[in-house]
Amino acid sequence: MEISFIVNGTSKTVDLADENTPLLWVIRDILDLKGTKFGCGKAACGACTLHVDGEAVRSCSYAVKFAQGKKIATIEGLGNRDNPHPVQQAWVDEVVPQCGYCQPGFIMATAALLNKVPNPTDEDIDKNIINVCRCGTYYRMRKAIHKAAELQAATKMNTSEKV
Amino acid sequence: MKDEKQQNPKGVSRRKFLIRGGLGTVGVLAIGTYIFRNNIRRELLGMVNTLELPYTDNTDKPMVWFEVTSDNNILLYSPKVEMGQGTFTGLAQMAADELSISMDQIQVVHAATSTGNLDSFATGGSTSVSSLWLPLRELAAMLRQMLLTEAASKMKLDSTQLSIADGVISGNGKSLTYAQTVEGVDTWEVPDKPILKSLKDYKYIGKPIARVDLKEKVFGDPIFGMDAQMPDMLYGAVVRPTKIGATFVSADTTAAETMPGVVKIISENDFVGVVARSMIEAENAKEAIEVTWKSPTEINTAAIVEMMTVGNGKSTVIQKNGTALEDEEGVSSMEFRSPIGAHAQIEPNGVVASVEQDSATIKISTQVIGLTRKEVAERLGFDEERVNVIPTYLGGGFGRRLHTPHAVQAAVMSKAVGKPVKYFFTRKEEFQHDMFRPPTHHVLKGKLNGDGLLEGLEHHFVSGDVANDSAVVPALLPPILGADIGAIRGGFIQYTKVPNYRSVYWHVDLPFATSWWRSLGLLANTFAIESFIDEMAIKAGKNAVDFRLQQIGDEAIGIRLKNVIKAAAQSANYTEKITNGRAMGLAASIDAGTPCAQVVEVSVVNNEIIVHKVTVALDPGLAVNPDQIKAQCEGCVIMGISAVLYEQMFVENGELTPTIYGPYQMALMKNAPKQIDVVLLQGKDTPGAVGEPPLGPIGAAIGNAVRRLTGNRITELPLKIPKIV
Repeated sequence: MEISFIVNGTSKTVDLADENTPLLWVIRDILDLKGTKFGCGKAACGACTLHVDGEAVRSCSYAVKFAQGKKIATIEGLGNRDNPHPVQQAWVDEVVPQCGYCQPGFIMATAALLNKVPNPTDEDIDKNIINVCRCGTYYRMRKAIHKAAELQAATKMNTSEKV
Repeated sequence: MKDEKQQNPKGVSRRKFLIRGGLGTVGVLAIGTYIFRNNIRRELLGMVNTLELPYTDNTDKPMVWFEVTSDNNILLYSPKVEMGQGTFTGLAQMAADELSISMDQIQVVHAATSTGNLDSFATGGSTSVSSLWLPLRELAAMLRQMLLTEAASKMKLDSTQLSIADGVISGNGKSLTYAQTVEGVDTWEVPDKPILKSLKDYKYIGKPIARVDLKEKVFGDPIFGMDAQMPDMLYGAVVRPTKIGATFVSADTTAAETMPGVVKIISENDFVGVVARSMIEAENAKEAIEVTWKSPTEINTAAIVEMMTVGNGKSTVIQKNGTALEDEEGVSSMEFRSPIGAHAQIEPNGVVASVEQDSATIKISTQVIGLTRKEVAERLGFDEERVNVIPTYLGGGFGRRLHTPHAVQAAVMSKAVGKPVKYFFTRKEEFQHDMFRPPTHHVLKGKLNGDGLLEGLEHHFVSGDVANDSAVVPALLPPILGADIGAIRGGFIQYTKVPNYRSVYWHVDLPFATSWWRSLGLLANTFAIESFIDEMAIKAGKNAVDFRLQQIGDEAIGIRLKNVIKAAAQSANYTEKITNGRAMGLAASIDAGTPCAQVVEVSVVNNEIIVHKVTVALDPGLAVNPDQIKAQCEGCVIMGISAVLYEQMFVENGELTPTIYGPYQMALMKNAPKQIDVVLLQGKDTPGAVGEPPLGPIGAAIGNAVRRLTGNRITELPLKIPKIV
């Protein structure tokens, strides 16, 4: 069956035999966006986190049929080298990644958190950022999340001043 | 310490330095060979704790190290893989400084087997930067000298009139970029020997340069083995047993053959696999294959624990001074245990293989590029030269990828279908077929003299295999050594002023595979020894810092160890008083020649141990990149907290379990300390090991803090506060 959605601002239609195929594999293997990672396939590690209508979703356990008509954002659409998202900029500033494999999932989870809670406390971070990082970059991530909140606030202030 | 003079037995020789020029527009390939042969050169067992593995290349082939590109950048082909440890960044700093180029002008890429620039052993052992410290800088210096000589000739100037900055050679009003210098040159003047710059002239070495792979990793570039593709690629899956000991007999593939998307079922003598159009179709078909297994076990954790008990198996005395402690009056004894640990790296093992008529290409995240090529070549009956292994970034290594035989299975499947095949482990397979950190058991004995110092100290320990039976270790090594060089890491007595001490290793074969887990025996051995030392300090009525300092010897490594203990204690304001419900604990270790001390600050809330702050003092020698060394310390602290507070594999009716994150509990954001302070000392003038040594002290440091807070000595990992009934 055909399923249509918007990925990083572009309309996409995929034709799948199984509408229960996890969104992750549609994104990775059909749409060839490899930034969203496979870690466990059971929504237990968060490596596959992306946004569906602005909400953080663990795409390895999210059937593609539920994405019909929705807006999906992946790490590739969050920002780029010329125009990084505040979370990505903070990640660069704090030199967070080690192996890097889990980082897109954390970055997407953080971006979603900041949309809801623009200035998260440590408790907010502990409660909401529950992905797994094996290299143990949590210490720098926490700093980067606070920094991203500052960068995002500054960006919004600049934007509103211009308006 | 002998490592200084042993580090450079030969150096770069002019004879071995060849130049290949004029490859289209890419410029020049500088090909150097650097010889290290005496890698098994130390007094083997006695030096394991201070061992720094050398870089060992394939000496029979020329190797591409550098490529000057037409846009005046330089590619560095790394023989070591990047798995998060930051090696690419350290190597880039070293090369950029000696090549007189900016960090923006150097790009580090993995060498593939086709370029030959391979470490013949592996990436591991915390040695990538330290082992390449001299060879890489010497090769870069030689290339710089050659470029200078050639530019002088082109500009008709004397090389003494020229200077180099950012890859531009200038003098007397003229200038040439490196790219312009290499243009059209096919004969190079090779200098007699490299002339290294002095340390003070380095712009990047010693500075906290940002990781060179930072942006790729923040913007989601497809850089991992899991992201690798080839044209017309299909997907494979291999059926694996769930029970320990089960070996493949036969398979009924009837149902699987007609399932959607299935291209072919591949039945070999040792495995059955399926190739399908998509990963999910391959996995579904795999589930439909009925395999007959031979000799599965029904073993349980309790039986494993019983096996892993000091006194079982064969013993080897790995360290001895004075006389052995008898079971006499005044001897204190304690036992410690550590469980089976999983690597749990987030990127599952995976590979893409393409096999054609007489050649094969393998894209894989592996720590053993050479071994992977050898195994694939052997299985396919190809010469090794016909197999090109292209390494990718690793989504975590930690020792899990020191054997990657799934490349062989992918190659067999690719050959069977005539197309490239991608294949990777499910998470359940990753947990059940991990090469685990072995469980251990330790018996510590000590006797105090009248002054409250140890007159005797013994560490008896049993561990499953780490290096023994490992595909990367020469088969003859274990019989020569008698002890497992991995399991005994950290198992030595570092209190060498104690008049009588022994360390005795016991070897027991387990029914499932155990192997290298970041820091090897260090995590468990240091937990046991340093917990016991703390207990003896308490018994002696001494401060934990003083008790240690008084009994560590004055040999070079001993002095460095004492210095990190002092530095950690001072930075953390170490005290044995309990303040605001928090207590401190201290522990120290030496691993791969790098001493590390840690002070932790913990509280216990609702029976749960909370680590608030960790202070790490590390002496890695010369710090090529202090920021990345700090990152490794922070990572080791958090991975260590995960391992010592939460992680544990069980064996239930022959099955290793759990098989998913969550049930296999690991540290999350909420469990990471809010403060990690790192103090770096420099006790020698060359770089030393970094990626594993900071994993040593964490378990004992936390246990020691809990002991001082609650009065309870916890003797088993993971550390759990006994439930009050």
